Amino acid sequence: MEKNINVTLKIWRQAGPKVKGEFEIYKLDNVSTDSSFLEMLDMLNEKLIHARKEPIAFDHDCREGICGMCSLYINGHPHGLDGETTTCQLHMRRFHDGQTITIEPWRSAAFPVIKDLMVDRGAYDKIIQAGGYVSVNTGGIPDGNAIPISKLAADEAMDAASCIGCGACAAACKNGSAMLFVAAKVSQLALLPQGKIEAAARAKAMVAKMDELGFGNCTNTQACEAECPKGISISHIARLNREFLSAKFKD
Amino acid sequence: MWLIDSSIGRKLIMSITGVFLVLFLLFHSCMNIVVIISPEGYNAICAFLGANWYAVAGTAVLAGGFIVHILYALYLTYQNMRARGNVRYAVSKNQKVVDWSSQNMLVLGTIVFGFLALHLYNFWFKMQFVELSGIHTGGSFEPGQGAEFVKQLFSNPIYCVVYIVWLAALWFHLTHGVWSALQTVGLNNKTWLPRVKVISNIISTIVILMFMAIPVYYLIGC
Amino acid sequence: MAKKQESTTVDATKIDARIPEGPLAEKWSNYKAHQKLVNPSNKRRLDVIVVGTGLAGASAAASLAELGFNVLNFCIQDSPRRAHSIAAQGGINAAKNYQNDGDSVYRLFYDTIKGGDYRAREANVYRLAEVSNGIIDQCVAQGVPFAREYGGLLDNRSFGGAQVSRTFYAKGQTGQQLLLGAYSALSRQVGKGAVKLYSRYEMLDVVVIDGRARGIIARNLVSGKIERFFAHAVVIGTGGYGNTFFLSTNAMGSNGSAAVQIYKKGAYFANPAYAQIHPTCIPVHGESQSKLTLMSESLRNDGRIWVPKKKEDAEAIRAGKKKATDLSEDERDYYLERRYPAFGNLVPRDVASRAAKERCDAGFGVGNTGLAVYLDFSTSINRLGENTIRERYGNLFQMYEKIVDENPYNTPMMIYPAIHYTMGGIWVDYELQTSIKGLFCIGEANFSDHGANRLGASALMQGLADGYFVLPYTIQNYLADQIQVPRLSTDLPEFSEAEKAIHTKIEKIMKIQGDKSVDSIHRELGLIMWDFVGMGRNKAGLETALEKIKAVRHEFWTKVYVPGVNADMNVELEKALRLADFIEIGELMARDALMREESCGGHFREEYQTPEGEALRNDEEFSFASCWKFTGEGNEPELLKEALDYEFIHRQQRNYKA
Repeated sequence: MEKNINVTLKIWRQAGPKVKGEFEIYKLDNVSTDSSFLEMLDMLNEKLIHARKEPIAFDHDCREGICGMCSLYINGHPHGLDGETTTCQLHMRRFHDGQTITIEPWRSAAFPVIKDLMVDRGAYDKIIQAGGYVSVNTGGIPDGNAIPISKLAADEAMDAASCIGCGACAAACKNGSAMLFVAAKVSQLALLPQGKIEAAARAKAMVAKMDELGFGNCTNTQACEAECPKGISISHIARLNREFLSAKFKD
Repeated sequence: MWLIDSSIGRKLIMSITGVFLVLFLLFHSCMNIVVIISPEGYNAICAFLGANWYAVAGTAVLAGGFIVHILYALYLTYQNMRARGNVRYAVSKNQKVVDWSSQNMLVLGTIVFGFLALHLYNFWFKMQFVELSGIHTGGSFEPGQGAEFVKQLFSNPIYCVVYIVWLAALWFHLTHGVWSALQTVGLNNKTWLPRVKVISNIISTIVILMFMAIPVYYLIGC
Repeated sequence: MAKKQESTTVDATKIDARIPEGPLAEKWSNYKAHQKLVNPSNKRRLDVIVVGTGLAGASAAASLAELGFNVLNFCIQDSPRRAHSIAAQGGINAAKNYQNDGDSVYRLFYDTIKGGDYRAREANVYRLAEVSNGIIDQCVAQGVPFAREYGGLLDNRSFGGAQVSRTFYAKGQTGQQLLLGAYSALSRQVGKGAVKLYSRYEMLDVVVIDGRARGIIARNLVSGKIERFFAHAVVIGTGGYGNTFFLSTNAMGSNGSAAVQIYKKGAYFANPAYAQIHPTCIPVHGESQSKLTLMSESLRNDGRIWVPKKKEDAEAIRAGKKKATDLSEDERDYYLERRYPAFGNLVPRDVASRAAKERCDAGFGVGNTGLAVYLDFSTSINRLGENTIRERYGNLFQMYEKIVDENPYNTPMMIYPAIHYTMGGIWVDYELQTSIKGLFCIGEANFSDHGANRLGASALMQGLADGYFVLPYTIQNYLADQIQVPRLSTDLPEFSEAEKAIHTKIEKIMKIQGDKSVDSIHRELGLIMWDFVGMGRNKAGLETALEKIKAVRHEFWTKVYVPGVNADMNVELEKALRLADFIEIGELMARDALMREESCGGHFREEYQTPEGEALRNDEEFSFASCWKFTGEGNEPELLKEALDYEFIHRQQRNYKA
């Protein structure tokens, strides 16, 4: 049932990429447990604005768990403690009265802080630009049913394709590795006949870009899978490894 | 060179050297267990694996494997720390599925390595090295008396406990290492992930139990 | 243009949509056969700005770059992949007839026209239905993992307003998968250098030189810097303006500012009143609510909508004394099945929404606010098993449970209508060109294809149709005449003036230093819109709304407080600039709704309904698209009319009963 709680917020404030940041403590009273975590932050910002202070910058957009824009490392977990949940889907009923909530930005060398809790995840776009596509132009395409695809393959590809590119995998990884993100795309396209043709080149190009951008090396800790809001399995990392290694051995 | 330049290449090296070392451990432990079953048999093995060229070559390859595994571990860890960025999380917790050992492979590896030095001093130095170099120090043994030597060492309960602690660290290292190596070379999928982990645990446990049997045997025997 | 005038009293066809001649089914082929093209070496010399990276923007930017044009693509998010198209759940329509259930291009065209309550342009809609099949092929080729049958072929589901199964889907994440497909095509072009991507940039004005769009002014949202960009043509694909209502299913950043900017530069704003209220959204929980979450229409395939038959039961449920599951079958009123036996729970969105409002207004609503109805899956779970339902809607059920904290497998979902999509938008001709030359508008941002109501799974179809298959042709007909135009300098006075005007506006806002936050004023606007320009509208209410919106505008320009500085990242400033434009749109919506003295599709005027409470159109007087022309700040906009001549379809009252 709905009730109101009071919370203490320990929030990372950082004016810009080159400025040193630090934690600030805020008290927030009468937060409805039915409101979402971001609505709670809205309330705090409203309070800050009324006090003529600068509100906290954080990324968010769709607020229904699909755009991947929201981030936040909440009490030691990306997107909070709940499994398969984005920050925007997290609700205040998961917190108790009087609790202290520590909120930090994603911390990874490849995701520099822009301001407060907002980070630059452009590195993920660059990885996709390096090869996360099927090289087809618009038009001149055979019928959608021309190539049957087994339901199993299509379903598994769909599981991989659920990735929302939020960056929680790299944020959760003690090695700052982006393997789950890269694997999800490589795996999705490798599973489908349309993507299979370029699979080897894609795996090589995307891994090379990932390494170049300063992401770490995967050591199979599974933290990414555990924190992924879409529950993407590390089995896709195994497929990426297969694709990559077989491509390299063929060279 | 992609085995150095690319993250998956580097991991492949870790994986291959790791698997190689696990195979060595399996072999080593099978050999060791003989000391309990048949001290004479054990002595024969020790004598056989003396200063022959194949034993020496094997040792060199083994040492090479160790060195590569360790160097890559250091390099990977260095890179990973850099990738993490300069500021650490103030609060960081793991979900349950994340194995403790997976997050602490370097620490575990360091412990293993530390004890390894002791182990090399205890056995390898006094057995194969002595035989190779021909320098006989006090307390060294002829390879053909391996069983006797083992018994003597483990007559000291402190050594028994030290070895048991060491093997425990090694067990943690292996439980993650074995399945992780398979994952890295791509031998894994959603169905096999839990199975691969179980296999990993079984292999690690067998290896470690065989090793541990010896100090425990002598400890109880004392 | 060959237009047979149907008898109508609509005055002058002041507006020419430039529809090609010939029979309906041949118009698009004829157009393509005779349009001007740009040769490959000239394409490289032509710059095109595409604003927005949703389905329409991303697919257009990618396709234009593939053709060889030099494309500059802008989005306000940190990545093009986050555009709100990503949140579309249910599916995308196409006239493939894979199910052998009688579908055809004509039927999709007909359903769309009828669904839009005969307020869309025939030629555009026919073209949409024609190119729909190519979209599916294109997406499959990109690696979009559509749902498949065990035999390996594509699966379909049915959606509201259609009697065939023509909706392709990827779980409940179809929009995501289609957008990621378009995003990957876009990324490929970015990687090749054919598209220059500007993320976290917001367009603040279009630059018009000698009557032609020649560039934009945009603000770098990270640095706060205002920058100028030149192009030979500008394409706007910035989505709809549903967030005028503050609470909507749109993303927090979705806005109508680009539309307002080009409207003020001379592009007509058409049919602003046509906004779609989606029947299946999660009800409002309280005052801190920041947005509403949609539950896909596809749920109505297997879910049955009901409220208690007896008021006492509804009251008991509201008071928490009874639960939905306590009521027996006889005590439930499946009102959609009762009122619309032929379509049942799958009536179009506007019909379903109004029916829910009608029941709740009559006192049968559930939930603690009384503003909710049940969407019940128990019948389907009994028939198909929980696993099948989980497979079809698992992610939606999970989403619901996270928000409401109730398990929809055991207790019925609670839903209520919410603003979801805007059919109205920038007026475009057949070529998707606005009333400013060289300025094109695609996707939800334009007004073209859905008339007064959009059918489910048609938004994705339209966005991609515009971006992949229509604009890349039609824009060439314009650009073919621009090959002699060099890349103009952004130091031209038109650019300077536009930039200066923006600086002035921003400074004005920053200087107010009042005591109201942007959101608090936006909430006020939203309430006015919902109360008076929402599901049920009437003359008195709309007049009140116009007064109240005026007051909100005054409040904004005298009391808003924006902290921080201009020349830096400033989220509050971004929101303030958008709110200023939402106020303009809100007024246009109310004005348009007041003018349109009929009920059609998403526009329901309480004065104009049948005795059974259905929408009552007035084809004699209102068979036109209302195009509003800006006439200067503070002046009333001028109403222009594009007559809608139905040459091929006979208009009738929409009937989903039999």
